[in-house]
Amino acid sequence: MQEAPYAIEMVNVTKRFPGIIANDHVTLQLKKGEIHALLGENGAGKSTLMSVLFGLYQAEEGIIKKDGVEVKINNPNDANALGIGMVHQHFKLVECFSVLDNIILGDEDTKHGFLQRTQAREKVMALSEKYGLRVNPDAMIEDISVGMQQRTEILKMLYRDNEILIFDEPTAVLTPQEIEELLQIMRNLAAEGKSILFISHKLNEIMSVADRCTVLRKGKYIGTVSIADTNKAELSRMMVGRDVEFAVQKGEAHPAEVVLDVKDLTVPSKVHRNNAVKNVSFQVHAGEIVCIAGIDGNGQSELVYGISGLESVSGGTVTMCGQDITNAPIRRRSVLGMSHIPEDRHKHGLVLDYTLEDNMILQRYFEPEFTNKLGFLRRKNIRSYAERLIDQYDVRSGQGPVTVARSMSGGNQQKAIIAREIDKNPQLLIAVQPTRGLDVGAIEYIHRQIVAQRDAGKAVLLVSLELDEVMTVSDRILVMYEGEIVGELDPKKTTVEELGLYMAGAKKEAKGQ
Amino acid sequence: MNKKHESLLRRDSVQTLLASLVCVLGGLIVGYLVLLIIEPSGAFEAIVAVMKSFLRYPGALKMKYFGQVLVRTAPLLMCALSVLFAYKVGMFNIGAAGQYCAGACAALYAALAWHLPWYVCLILGMAAGALLGMLAGLLRTLFNVNVVISGIMLNWITLYLTNLVLGTVKSPSSPFTKSLQSTNPGALMPSLGLGKLFNNEKSVTIAIPLAVIMAIVVWVVLNKTKFGYELKATGSNYNAARYCGMKENRNIILTMVIAGALAGLGAGLLYLTGIEDWETTISSVPGMGFNGIAVAFLGGLSPIGSILSAFFIQYITTGGGNVDLQVYCSQISSLISALIIYLCAFVAFFKFFIQTRLRKADERKAAKAAQIQEGGEEK
Repeated sequence: MQEAPYAIEMVNVTKRFPGIIANDHVTLQLKKGEIHALLGENGAGKSTLMSVLFGLYQAEEGIIKKDGVEVKINNPNDANALGIGMVHQHFKLVECFSVLDNIILGDEDTKHGFLQRTQAREKVMALSEKYGLRVNPDAMIEDISVGMQQRTEILKMLYRDNEILIFDEPTAVLTPQEIEELLQIMRNLAAEGKSILFISHKLNEIMSVADRCTVLRKGKYIGTVSIADTNKAELSRMMVGRDVEFAVQKGEAHPAEVVLDVKDLTVPSKVHRNNAVKNVSFQVHAGEIVCIAGIDGNGQSELVYGISGLESVSGGTVTMCGQDITNAPIRRRSVLGMSHIPEDRHKHGLVLDYTLEDNMILQRYFEPEFTNKLGFLRRKNIRSYAERLIDQYDVRSGQGPVTVARSMSGGNQQKAIIAREIDKNPQLLIAVQPTRGLDVGAIEYIHRQIVAQRDAGKAVLLVSLELDEVMTVSDRILVMYEGEIVGELDPKKTTVEELGLYMAGAKKEAKGQ
Repeated sequence: MNKKHESLLRRDSVQTLLASLVCVLGGLIVGYLVLLIIEPSGAFEAIVAVMKSFLRYPGALKMKYFGQVLVRTAPLLMCALSVLFAYKVGMFNIGAAGQYCAGACAALYAALAWHLPWYVCLILGMAAGALLGMLAGLLRTLFNVNVVISGIMLNWITLYLTNLVLGTVKSPSSPFTKSLQSTNPGALMPSLGLGKLFNNEKSVTIAIPLAVIMAIVVWVVLNKTKFGYELKATGSNYNAARYCGMKENRNIILTMVIAGALAGLGAGLLYLTGIEDWETTISSVPGMGFNGIAVAFLGGLSPIGSILSAFFIQYITTGGGNVDLQVYCSQISSLISALIIYLCAFVAFFKFFIQTRLRKADERKAAKAAQIQEGGEEK
């Protein structure tokens, strides 16, 4: 029996860059109507392969076939014409446009130069109905949730009648509920005959949604397996080339004295009139990891802003190591021993136009080691300090200390921040979503660093949206819901289901127990 | 990686230089075209006269006019330093023109009304500019008023205030302020023999080396000190500066104070040489501050580059005065030099043009580098 031709087939694709083979005879065969996962660590060559498929790069060897016919893709327009669409990890949306306008952007119907929005709206609503992609077509992108932004991106592809849909790390920015919803949408799309390429390094999601999986490692094609015949351990071995620890290795916590004491903290919201954080009280001891869990937007960010001094609080007190720092300047908190791995590494964590070495000293540049008495920077010391951190924390970059931070990969930017904050030797380490958007290897590394800090007797306050992280890394879980702490859980005694109920606000501990 | 073989074209300084030269050439061509359109017969002689500037004078006279060009280069350089200093901290100091006025006002008033010595006048001019800069900085941090808006408005307010104040010390027979030479020679900056080098041109004073020193100081502060590190971080990423505990608002105000002081000092460096007096009836803000913007950009936003570009712009401005007024109307000299100057402000644009041609290659290189390491995913 003749098998149906593949929707897209990339055979023996090789793409070389000077000094490196980014794709070494990679074969990818996407069947019609399947969800095909593309798995690999950062730098495995997934992006290059997709760039070849989109015509951004030309492969030196290998061919691309669509429905069994060889095609030449010289630029993204060719890819579009072939019905290939992609949802990028960082959305390509116009913030101040409505959802509808973003969907039709670039493919507008006009009559005498006027936009024909009515028909477009009907088509969008029909698609939205059909695939369960809930959006409000008139909402501005800047006002809607990340999940809805992503659905807008998906609708953009569907609006253009794309048959082959590529999702690049689509779950990195979503909450657990949104992820479940997205996976369901992907199943619906596949059921309707769309072919989906799902780029990810999250094994749980691949196991739950994909039909087959192709694994790349360091540019090489490792193999394609059917999900039904494999398991997480095998996939991760294929991806990393060794066995990966899923469980974080850590011993018992030995909480000592109180380092951070938050009492009745109230932080106003910038977005709405209510308080983002309402009368929150908790303590973090030396030698323990306390994790703030919760669905994004329940006041976790503002809580951290309040503790770190980025925003002023409207009530309550923050005490660190016995000193009242409620209204202390940020610099004073830092000098007292607070380290902060911020949620948004581009907004707060780095000066992207500065070099790596200048970013490494961002919290310490004023110390005598780096600035002499006359106010001149001691470049030699800065260089050797940066080199030590780069070495010790394995921060990789093109040109070492003089690499511009902007040109570094996300994982290494994050490692640089972690190196800087941990090397400060803090009393209290605040880490907000420290592993967001990173691959398995980097996550493993960062978790080990955090546990090492705890074991060194530091107090760690971790804010995380990842349930796995919450369950495995923390010693104590505090769940935030609508600006309040609604429960304190012991990760050893609780279950993900129970945690989920607290996070969704369905369960709540009575106050004043 | 093979970054040792980085081509010359990829170096930032080379790109800037190239873009600056393209701008200069473009400005001259457009200037020539305009002359051609107005009156083809004299166009060639006119553009040559502009380009020759003071070099058209014979022998000794040449040195004298050279000296005068340098005298006017000094304040222009100061205005350029004012603009670029603020620019590095993320602000566009279009108010340099007003700060320059304030500097002239304070320096001349102190010299003519209070008969103070030159160095006090110079400091007062600086202080006046600083005060005006501080005002813009305060408006920015307290009320979030963009320094461009407040700068433009303050320019006019300052101009008329200056006319008002200096009207009290103007000479009875003309709209100009009284000459320093006759009223208070002690307010003239010392020449220290520099004038002798330029055929005894009296206006050549220590103002010229002082301006160059200031350029070097600005370069050192921006690139070598903790203060410069903080300021550039604030300009590049306000939130990160806040996050690591820099006093970001203080930095912004301080930047505007320094920018204002530089422009104010520039005015002092011109008017305290006695080369010209303030005309108390002028109704437009002196171009010095605005030309400073062009100089800063033509100089690639580098204090050292600005020294060269300030001289070039002043050279062309002087050359503009050489256009034959028998053939062209009297506004033509300003028109031609203005055309050239404002085209010079397009350096950033041409640099961008060069970079886009290189960037694709660069980006691939960077993407590749990132992928070798482990990145690739998050660009």
